[in-house]
Amino acid sequence: MNKPILNRDLYVPSIDAWIDPNTPKPRAIITHGHADHARSGHGAVLATPETVAIMKVRYGEDCAGTFQPLPLGERLVMDNAVVSLHPAGHILGSAQVLIEAEGQRAVVTGDYKRLPDRTSEAFEPVDCDILVTEATFGLPVFQHPKPQLEIARLLKSVADQPERAHLVGSYALGKAQRVIALLRDAGWDKPIYLHGAMIRLCELYQELGVDLGELIPATGMPKAAMAGQIVIAPASAIRDRWSRRFPDPVVCQASGWMSIKQRARQALVELPLVISDHCDWGELNTSIIDSGASTVWVTHGREDALVYWCRQQGLDAEPLALPGLDDDGGEGGE
Amino acid sequence: MKRFADLLELLALTPSRTRKIDALAQYFTEVPDPDRGLALAVLTGEMDIRNVKPALLRETVLREVDETLFAMSYDYVGDLGETIALIWPHHGEGELPKLSEVVAILNRTSKAELPRVIGDMLTQAAIHERWALIKLATGALRVGVSARLAKTALAEMSGVELQAIEEVWHGIKPPYLELFEWLEGKAGRPDIDHTARFHPLMLSTPIEDADFGKLDPKDFSAEWKWDGIRVQLVLGRDGASMFSRTGDDIAASFPDVVEAAMGHAVLDGELLVGADFDARSFNDLQQRLNRKVAQGKQMAELPAFVRVYDMLFDGDADIRTLSWQQRRARLEAWFARNPQTRMDVSEILPFADWEDLARLRRMGADEHGHEGVMLKLRTSPYVPGRPKGYWFKWKRDPNVVDAVLMYAQRGHGKRSSFYSDYTFGVWKGNEIVPIGKAYFGFTDEELKQLDRWIRAHTVSAFGPVREVKKELVFEVAFDSAQKSARHKSGVALRFPRINRIRWDKPAQEAARIEDMDAFVG
Repeated sequence: MNKPILNRDLYVPSIDAWIDPNTPKPRAIITHGHADHARSGHGAVLATPETVAIMKVRYGEDCAGTFQPLPLGERLVMDNAVVSLHPAGHILGSAQVLIEAEGQRAVVTGDYKRLPDRTSEAFEPVDCDILVTEATFGLPVFQHPKPQLEIARLLKSVADQPERAHLVGSYALGKAQRVIALLRDAGWDKPIYLHGAMIRLCELYQELGVDLGELIPATGMPKAAMAGQIVIAPASAIRDRWSRRFPDPVVCQASGWMSIKQRARQALVELPLVISDHCDWGELNTSIIDSGASTVWVTHGREDALVYWCRQQGLDAEPLALPGLDDDGGEGGE
Repeated sequence: MKRFADLLELLALTPSRTRKIDALAQYFTEVPDPDRGLALAVLTGEMDIRNVKPALLRETVLREVDETLFAMSYDYVGDLGETIALIWPHHGEGELPKLSEVVAILNRTSKAELPRVIGDMLTQAAIHERWALIKLATGALRVGVSARLAKTALAEMSGVELQAIEEVWHGIKPPYLELFEWLEGKAGRPDIDHTARFHPLMLSTPIEDADFGKLDPKDFSAEWKWDGIRVQLVLGRDGASMFSRTGDDIAASFPDVVEAAMGHAVLDGELLVGADFDARSFNDLQQRLNRKVAQGKQMAELPAFVRVYDMLFDGDADIRTLSWQQRRARLEAWFARNPQTRMDVSEILPFADWEDLARLRRMGADEHGHEGVMLKLRTSPYVPGRPKGYWFKWKRDPNVVDAVLMYAQRGHGKRSSFYSDYTFGVWKGNEIVPIGKAYFGFTDEELKQLDRWIRAHTVSAFGPVREVKKELVFEVAFDSAQKSARHKSGVALRFPRINRIRWDKPAQEAARIEDMDAFVG
């Protein structure tokens, strides 16, 4: 193949821009709003309008020099290249970046998933020559169950133990809103209680048209009133003093990692909910095949296994070691 | 099978002991025979599915999964059973048969056919059922439930005493139909041969200072308190067995003792190691206890023996209702008739009055490292459990050391939001090296205070553990200290507990590693 149109640090020379750089750069294309992908301090930022809104809420209006919102599917024609963003299905506003230059097509997936999720545009496969894919759950042990089944387990536990409060550990951006939407779709129409860290982002989702129903701050409620209720909070708060305000809490956690029982036990999680915003192994495999790429670069996660699998399929594959990407239970990685 | 898988998952994940017991009791009440009895066998480690071993499971999976990908996955997950449950690539419809049917299938299938049969079951099963299936098949449960907890749940559901259940336990077999009939009041207590079973032990209570004034020394006999583990030797006509205090059969770890035993009786004593009945440290015994099956070299270096101090059955005769004095006479006569090479009788310590015994106790601790003395009422029958007023233990005074708090970890269950588990150390040159770990032993108020201190003095955190500034001194009490290659300090404490928090004491004045030498026996 000719020299690739993007470098291994995800710098694109033809448009002089970096994709998801982890240090401040003059020009950055941001796939989505999680902190290991979207950082403050860049000169110019290109991203979907939703991602721009998320960045402003999280880091402030002036977290980048300028913002250029680019809606999904629109082609931005530049001198030497065309840039477009395509739905990644990960969280609200998440996008894959397609660069077309020198007769090549390169896609950087960012984080993505393929299961339906009404809080985010559905993933669309994009044809390309070079695919840069994440591998957060890049091992065949990861076979995510249907999230509806996991929510049903949560609701059964609530029904079985009405005297306890269920605290669902969820990352504040994306996972929290998805869990809430899944609960609503499963018929849970009582108010859902939120840790303070969740509130602003849930409001933003609602402003952007994602209906989450009635949400109430969890702090300030009398302890007894919280029996039988569902509370969404960051996992760190649940394991800490914050949770003392609830009656005999059931510690739940919504994460793809929860499929591994030893992990759940170590994290003192009583009700693990396997709800992931990333592809599982099968979806990663399908996505790589769907893209038609002959070159696959694998980044954050379990790169080795996915690279090994790609090579077995006759693809040219390599791991990319990108600094600063959180691959293990942190925010980008769930 | 689904019901059993749900139970295992709950047991593995719920931190609360009470909730585990409730779940077990509910399962045993609601699930019919023989499934509940088989589940009980799995939980108590009595289930043995002969042909299913980890190698066979691996072979089953490698028929369907790339070996390199499997190895990478196993590396990541860390548990073979769980890796297999998660990685199995086929998902079928339908449900696994019930537990007893699964067990029957596994038992009757030939070795050659097993990979295919297990593969089919894995395909049929939901993921947590696969996990339960593999745990069932390999017997490696690791769900945080002891056999005793399962029996406690049986006691809870039936109102029958735990002791009574333990007493029949070793005479009954899965699926325990007669046990459940008895527990549900539909039949009498299972009738079993005493020579094949464990009899719950009689335990002592600590003596308090105030007791001495009320007790007449002439009514009591004294012995050393031996620092080994309590065992019961059941010498039947068909062979001998040996049980730990909780009724676990530990004969396989100590064939040297069991095979050398002569005669017919049920005896109570202390298991110790050492040549020629010269008992060595508990640490040495520990090395033998760590082995499920004894090894020749260890048996030669650390021969085990039992120091017997009581007799429950003399031949077939149940003598537990006789007085201690009478039982002791029967025991000595029995020993005279049945010469032993790996058993001796615990000697009686003559003493004139309590002061005299106090002197003996101090001397025993200083010169021989004895844990203290035991006092037994001469007229007491052998009563299982911890009856008041019959047997007393008079431990030597605990050792005490001032140590510095190094790390704190969150507790479990109710305490999961408090730092209630502490690692502490002593000075070695200019650094502090850990000597032990203990749980919270304070009032709730102190716990809160300490929790605040830890949060305010954290220097780094990794996972649930916080490293704190080396500034807070604990007064730590412990029974004894041993040399330990595993600890950086080279010293390990036995039964450490935190006596007090020394808010007043500067860390510089805490103990030094050299101070610990005095405690190492």
